[in-house]
Amino acid sequence: MADTTHGGSASGTRRDFMNLLVNSVAAFGAAAVAWPIISSLNPSQDVLALSSTEVDISQIEVGRAITVKWRGKPVFIRHRTPQEIKAAEDVNLGNLRDPQPDSARVEKPEWLIVVGICTHLGCVPQGQKPSEPRGQFGGWFCPCHGSEYDTSGRIRRGPAPTNLVVPQYTFESDTLVKIG
Amino acid sequence: MAAPVFKNPVIRWIDHRLPMFSYLHHEAYEYPTPKNLNYWWNFGSLAGFMLIIMIVTGLVLAMQYTPHVDYAFNSVERIMRDVNWGWLLRYLHMNGASMFFLVVYIHIFRGLYFGSYKAPRELLWQLGVLIYLLMMATAFMGYVLPWGQMSFWGTTVITNLFSAVPWIGDSIVTLLWGGFSVDNPTLNRLFVLHFLLPFVIVAVVLMHIVALHRFGSNNPLGIDTKGPQDTIPFHPYYTVKDMFGLGIFLIFYAFWVFWAPNALGDPVNYEVANPLSTPEHIVPEWYYLPFYAILRSIPDKLLGVVAMFASILILFVLPWLDRSPVRSGTFRPVFKWFFWLLIFDCVILMFCGKYPPEAYWMPFDFQIVDADTFTDRVAELRGVSPDEAMNAVGEMWGVNAASGSFGIKIVRLGQLGTLYYFAYFLIVLPLLSIFERPRQVPVSISKPVLGGGQSVAHATAKSMEKA
Repeated sequence: MADTTHGGSASGTRRDFMNLLVNSVAAFGAAAVAWPIISSLNPSQDVLALSSTEVDISQIEVGRAITVKWRGKPVFIRHRTPQEIKAAEDVNLGNLRDPQPDSARVEKPEWLIVVGICTHLGCVPQGQKPSEPRGQFGGWFCPCHGSEYDTSGRIRRGPAPTNLVVPQYTFESDTLVKIG
Repeated sequence: MAAPVFKNPVIRWIDHRLPMFSYLHHEAYEYPTPKNLNYWWNFGSLAGFMLIIMIVTGLVLAMQYTPHVDYAFNSVERIMRDVNWGWLLRYLHMNGASMFFLVVYIHIFRGLYFGSYKAPRELLWQLGVLIYLLMMATAFMGYVLPWGQMSFWGTTVITNLFSAVPWIGDSIVTLLWGGFSVDNPTLNRLFVLHFLLPFVIVAVVLMHIVALHRFGSNNPLGIDTKGPQDTIPFHPYYTVKDMFGLGIFLIFYAFWVFWAPNALGDPVNYEVANPLSTPEHIVPEWYYLPFYAILRSIPDKLLGVVAMFASILILFVLPWLDRSPVRSGTFRPVFKWFFWLLIFDCVILMFCGKYPPEAYWMPFDFQIVDADTFTDRVAELRGVSPDEAMNAVGEMWGVNAASGSFGIKIVRLGQLGTLYYFAYFLIVLPLLSIFERPRQVPVSISKPVLGGGQSVAHATAKSMEKA
């Protein structure tokens, strides 16, 4: 190439340098344009602003459960009976697919709060109402593909890989819990 | 030209079965382009670039927008405030419309000056006019979507244009609205069409490019390329030139987006649409102003609408109105003057479209005043009573010449502008085809340059001496 005579070294010519420079600027520009376009698809500020929900739990009797909506998803709040708590605590962790002690999944033993979405493919498991099937382990039963959860929301049988997710929450008082 | 040989075996395998790489190589790489194109030839690719920008930003905006009369305005405000980078996307789209039109206007006037509409490029030109028409329709529908006051009343006025159609006008308007006023069904259908039409434009643009590549680009000399000595490959010569022009253009575009994002729009459109109250002045966006001025120039409803549509449709028959065999305005000494007058005329028409028709423009006073103020001014300058002044203004066809002052009614100015606009196409160009004596055109693009190392300008000066 004739350009090599213009101060080019063995590693490249001035034209190579120019090409590199121009292409870098173009790549940087394309990335700078792509960034806001892709970013706009992420949750917007008004969606993020709705990321916490406060729930009054004073009306939930022992043994009953309610479902609340948090970030568009169902959250199960269960007022566990002493038997359920005991069943959850007495499980041999070695038998679990996703080993986790019950104490790591609750703030207060009588209140179990989990995201009500089966970790298999996203269905809402049954077992909130007494009339619904709870599976063999007394927790929840997912009708889609038969996953069964225990009274701590841990996966015990079926295709789901992990336990029901415990959301971040704090007890604002004895009767008020803030999820998120 | 020989088919290219690709080194990459995968590309070779695909190309043997689907020759898209050969096609691209042929049309975007080795495509022989006249070697004398100037920067006015950048605007075609810029228009293509703007079309892509509008589609990409429009796509993500449509994902956040709600086409319902109760939510549309707020969903746009949500895009501005809550959606990540939503303000940027919307400002890019909003100002992008203006930039798209600006680029296309320059592209059109380039074609008008250098005779790019003449044989054998008539169909290429007509496809371009079609793209322009589709753009106008798309931009109008897009302007409705924010559901502001100007959106609503602009739509009401523009759709009401069709009520001028004799006999069935009202039925047409009801059909367009899907009701008895501009309302939710109207917004829904205009949103759907605003989404659809850009892809129709893409299809017509592809036809435009195919038609262009049939005979290749016109050039500033307006003469045909006579062989390889007149052309250079499209890549890298014109790709690089287009990229450089794009860089400059992007600086200009970014200026509007980041420093004056609302300067080209109407603040009234930040008020939510109210079907019970019309804003004081309904003014379209700047790129429609000349046509709005033409519409208002004709005092008859039907004829006004006809004139407005005719002002664009006339471009379809332009190749048969201008019969001069010389394409480039460079070699047409009389044509040039009328061409620049047309540009000036379009600026005047824009100006007329912007202001209320009954106002007066006082060019020497740098003022636009309403009719009452103007009458007072006349009374004062002439030392007559207001009543006499009013009569004088009425008699004077809107023009007043009092010492050192002068005023013309906006609508009268618009009428003069409209007159010249149509005269340019219907009278000036046909007559120039007969009476103008063009200068001698160069023999070929390369001849004056290669022969004795003279510039093109020298060559034309010489041929002028001969003539």
